[in-house]
Amino acid sequence: MVQLTLPKNSQLVEGKVWPKPAGANRLTEYKIYRWNPDDGKNPSVDTYYVDRDDCGPMVLDGLIWIKNKVDPTLTFRRSCREGICGSCSMNIDGTNTLACLKSMDDVDASAVKIYPLPHMPVVKDLVPDLTQFYAQHASVEPWLHTETPAPEKEWRQGRGDREKLDGLYECILCACCSTSCPSYWWNGDRYLGPAALLQAYRWLIDSRDEATGERLDDLEDPFRLYRCHTIMNCAKACPKGLNPAKAIAEIKKMMVARQF
Amino acid sequence: MSVSPGSSMRTPRRRVAGLGSARSGTGHFWLQRLTAIGNLLLILIALPIVIAAAGQEQAQVVAIIGHPLVAIVLLLLLFSICFHMRIGMQVVIEDYVHTEGLKVLALIANTFFTIAVGSAGAFAVLKISFGG
Repeated sequence: MVQLTLPKNSQLVEGKVWPKPAGANRLTEYKIYRWNPDDGKNPSVDTYYVDRDDCGPMVLDGLIWIKNKVDPTLTFRRSCREGICGSCSMNIDGTNTLACLKSMDDVDASAVKIYPLPHMPVVKDLVPDLTQFYAQHASVEPWLHTETPAPEKEWRQGRGDREKLDGLYECILCACCSTSCPSYWWNGDRYLGPAALLQAYRWLIDSRDEATGERLDDLEDPFRLYRCHTIMNCAKACPKGLNPAKAIAEIKKMMVARQF
Repeated sequence: MSVSPGSSMRTPRRRVAGLGSARSGTGHFWLQRLTAIGNLLLILIALPIVIAAAGQEQAQVVAIIGHPLVAIVLLLLLFSICFHMRIGMQVVIEDYVHTEGLKVLALIANTFFTIAVGSAGAFAVLKISFGG
């Protein structure tokens, strides 16, 4: 059955309150989920104070500031700091998003509350284990499938067909959508989730791809595709403004279209 | 099935592959929408009938339900709603019941319950319709 309570060793406890930086005028409070696999303790929420006059405006700037100036053990993923790499996805102020694209000033609560992406195994602190998420992406074989011998130059595509990929190719696989989806929480082992399905659709409507039928065959499953109940958390969470729910609905339409 | 990645010797790709695609689900998806449209249309027709029958003498209610067109609408409504209820409940069970044996039992009970409720309703309509 679905688990509604956390196991005893996963329950949150009050964490450490780190001292305020000396001489700072503008402070922003951060409350951050901490868990270390090596110390055998329960996860906790630590409180930090960020000196806004010494730090950039984004939530990620604050995290980097804390790691550099206050607590070097704080663990999180980050790379490009401009919404392209998808590394710094986490749950900020109750919504999955990229820390680098979320401004501290846009956080509604008095403190910036940060947790790892929901319902994923935690590696440490804000780092989730996305192994299964990547395997699901790989399972939709996100590359061009053709039987026609490759042309001498490139596979050609009309302007209109290329435009069909807009709103799909921009996905950076940050996992904000899949980990915000209740259906993915309950059945993530069998349901592919919005991110993998958006990628599947990106190849289904690619005019150059010749494996549309096989791709649909592999998706036609009560769990892989049809666990989507149009909850729409995916579209709400996507930091790139994409709409995985629409892509999934389009796949369902293709499934119905080939029946009649 | 809730083994966290890395704790099993199976590769992540193997775990995602599972038992493969069932190659079904579209019929289910289509029927859910079809019966939803059926429910909507039939309830729109049945509602005035229920309003007309409400508060009437028993003989008059029996006469209304006994009318062939009314009886057919009620039977269709029963069928459409029961069908919709069964496939809807199946999705809920698949969503939340993950113990394999319990899930199969729940799915069987769901089917039997729907058939029982549907037949009882159909019997009642037919009995009245054919003059009790």
